[in-house]
Amino acid sequence: MSEVKTKNKFADMIRSFGLPRLIIAGFLLLLFIAAPFTGVNLGTQITNTINRFSWNAVLVLAMVPMVHSGCGLNFGLPLGIISGLLGATISMEMGFSGPVSFIMAALIATPFALIFGSGYGTLLNKIKGGEMMIATYVGFSAVSVMCIMWLLLPYHSPNMVWGMAGKGLRTTISLEGYYDKALANFLQIRLGSLVIPTGSLLFFALLAFLMWAFLHTKTGTAMTAVGSNPTFARAAGINVDKIRMLSVVMSTWLAAIGILVYEQGFGFVQLYNAPFTMALPAVSAILIGGATVNKASITNVIIGTFLFQGIVTMTPTVMNAIIRMDMSEVIRIIVSNGMILYALTRKSEVTKR
Amino acid sequence: MKKNSFNLGEFLKNNSVPIMFIVICSICIPLAGYSPAYLLNEIVTRMGRNIFLILSLLIPIMAGMGLNFGMTLGAMAGEIALIFVADLQIWGIPGIVLAMIISIPFSVMLGLLCGKILNMAKGREMVTSYIISYFINGVYQLVVLYMMGALIPIAHSTIKLPRGYGIRNTVSLLSMRQSLDNALAIRVFGAKIPLLTFAIIALMCLGIIWFRRTKLGQDMRAVGQDMEVARDAGINVERTRLISIVISTVLAGFGMIIYLQNMGNMSTYSSHTQIGMFCIAALLVGGASVDKASIGNVFLGVILFHLMFIVAPNAGAKITGDSMIGEYFRVFVSYGVITLALVMYEVKKRRAKAGMGRQLAAEQQMEGKNED
Repeated sequence: MSEVKTKNKFADMIRSFGLPRLIIAGFLLLLFIAAPFTGVNLGTQITNTINRFSWNAVLVLAMVPMVHSGCGLNFGLPLGIISGLLGATISMEMGFSGPVSFIMAALIATPFALIFGSGYGTLLNKIKGGEMMIATYVGFSAVSVMCIMWLLLPYHSPNMVWGMAGKGLRTTISLEGYYDKALANFLQIRLGSLVIPTGSLLFFALLAFLMWAFLHTKTGTAMTAVGSNPTFARAAGINVDKIRMLSVVMSTWLAAIGILVYEQGFGFVQLYNAPFTMALPAVSAILIGGATVNKASITNVIIGTFLFQGIVTMTPTVMNAIIRMDMSEVIRIIVSNGMILYALTRKSEVTKR
Repeated sequence: MKKNSFNLGEFLKNNSVPIMFIVICSICIPLAGYSPAYLLNEIVTRMGRNIFLILSLLIPIMAGMGLNFGMTLGAMAGEIALIFVADLQIWGIPGIVLAMIISIPFSVMLGLLCGKILNMAKGREMVTSYIISYFINGVYQLVVLYMMGALIPIAHSTIKLPRGYGIRNTVSLLSMRQSLDNALAIRVFGAKIPLLTFAIIALMCLGIIWFRRTKLGQDMRAVGQDMEVARDAGINVERTRLISIVISTVLAGFGMIIYLQNMGNMSTYSSHTQIGMFCIAALLVGGASVDKASIGNVFLGVILFHLMFIVAPNAGAKITGDSMIGEYFRVFVSYGVITLALVMYEVKKRRAKAGMGRQLAAEQQMEGKNED
C-alpha cells in the first residue's frame, strides 16, 4: 500500500474517483469511439443508452434513502418492485387504459409500498448490522410468495391471464393500450436517429430533485446523521429507528414507482421470477456512480446509471461488430458483481460497525 | 452443552424450524400419495447425493464466518474438473477419482481468492461470499463458454458447441453415471442403498470430528468465538479463516462431483447456481444456525428438506389443482427458511450484546457499591 503515497495530484484524483470507476468509464468511452468505425450507428446507440437510462434511473434512485440512513445497499429492492407490480396489474384489472392507467398504477402501488415498506423497516430495525444479507433473502422470499399469488389471485382481465385456463397471470403482459411509453412519448424529441424520451427524463428529474430537496430538509439531514454516526444521532435526540423506518419506506416506494417507469419504457410487465434479478443491476449501478456502502448522492445515481446502462447497451453491438462474439452477458456479470465486491471490501466502510 | 433440566418451551424455541418442517411434511405426505417404498428410495438417493456437499458448509461456520455462500466456487471447480475428465474419456470410478484430483488445484485457487476477499470484509462475510459466487460465475462462464476449445484444448466435439469453442449446455456423464452409487449397492425394502457413497460420507464425518480436535480445529473455534481474543492468544486469525474457506471449497468440489455422478448429466451453466442455496436451506432445516451446526443437523436437514421437496409439487396440486403452486411453494420455503435463520441469528446476536451491556452496567454498579 506504500506506493500509493506518491504525492502526485493525478494519482490523488484517480484515488478519489476510484480505479474501477475509471476503468469502466474508460471502457465505455472506448466503446463510443470504436462504434463509428465498426459500422454501428452511433445515433441509435446513444438513443438506446438514453432510453435504458430513463427506464432504470428511478430504480437506482431508490437506493439513496437507505444508504443515507445507514441501512446499506437495498438488496431488498424486489419487495418494492412487487408493490409496483401489484399496482400495475390491479390498475389494468380495473379497466384503466392509456396514460391514466400509469397514474392509477402508481396510486394503487403506494399503499402496498407503504405497508410492505413498514413491515420491512420494522424487521431491519431489529437486525441492525445484518441488513444486506437479510434484505436479499426478504426480497427473494417475497418474490417467491408472489409467484404463488400471481397464480391464485382472482385476476380476470383477458389481456393478462392465460388464455386456456382463464386464470393465473401470464409471465409477461404487454402494455399496449395501457401505459406503454406513457412518459416517454410526452414531449419526445426526434433528431434523425436520435430519439430522446423527454417525459421519462423529466419524471426522473422531478423525483431526483424531490429527493435532493428532501435530503436538505431537517428530516433529511437527520437521516444522513443516522447513517454516518448512529450513536451521535441518538445523542442529538434523533429517533434512529423512526428515521431508518422512513428511509426504508421511501426506498420501497421509489422501487415501486421505478418498476412502473421501467415497464412503460420496456412495454411489458414481467411477473413471476423476473424481480429476482432486478436488485443487483441497480445496486451495482449506484456503486459504479461513486457511491459507497454508506454514502450516495443524486450525482452518483445519474453517473452510475449512465455508465452501467451504457455498457449494457454498447457492449453487445460493438463487441459483436469487432470480434463476432457476444460476450456482453459475461462482461455485465463480471463488471456489476465485481463493483459490488469492491464496495463491500473497502476498509474505510468496514469501520462503521 | 450441558442439559441441566429439560425445558419444553426452550426446546420448542430452539428447534422451531425442524418441528415446523416435520409438521409440513406430515401434512403433505398423505396428500401427495406416494408409496413409502418410493419415498424411502428417493430419500436415500438424495442423501447420498447431497450430504457431502452440505458437510462442506460446517467448517466455515465453525470459524465464525457464517454460511459459506461461496461453496458455489467449489461446485464450479468440480464442474471444470468433470469437463476435463469427460474430455479425457476416463470412465467409471477412476474418472470420478481423477475428477476429484483435478478439482483440487481449482478449488484451492478459488478458495484462496474467496478467503482473501472475505478477510477484507470482516463482519459481512455472508453477503460478500454471496456476491463472490455471482462474480466467479461470470468468470466461470468466460472460461467455459469462450476459452474452452479456443485457448484451452478440448478434444471431443461431443462436449463442444457446434461453433467450435465453448462447452455445450449439458455435458453427458453417462459413462460415470452412478458408478460410485452402484459399486456396493444393496437393496433394502426396494430401496437402493449406495453403501460406498455412504461409506465416503461416514469417513468424511469422522474426518470432521477428528478435525475439530486438532490444533487447527481448536484455533478455528477460538476465531469463531472471538477474533480479538484469538488474536491476543497468538492465533493467526487471517490464516485460520483462509484455511477454513479453502477446506470448504475443496470439499464442495468433491461434493459436487458426487452430486453430478448421481445425476448422470451436468447442466454446464446452471447446475451450480442454485446448489448453494439448496444446501444452506437444507442445513438450516436440520436445526443449524448461522453460528452453530453439527453433523446431526446435516442428516436431519437433508431428510426433512428433501422430503418436503419430493412431496410438495404433488401435495400442492392436490390442494389447489395447479402443480406449479407446489413448485413455487418449495422455492418459497427454501428462501423463507434462510431468511428466518438469518433473522433469528441477528436478533440473538443483538440480544446477547444488549445483555452483555446490562451485565457490565450491573457489575459496575456492584463495584460502585462495594467501594461505598
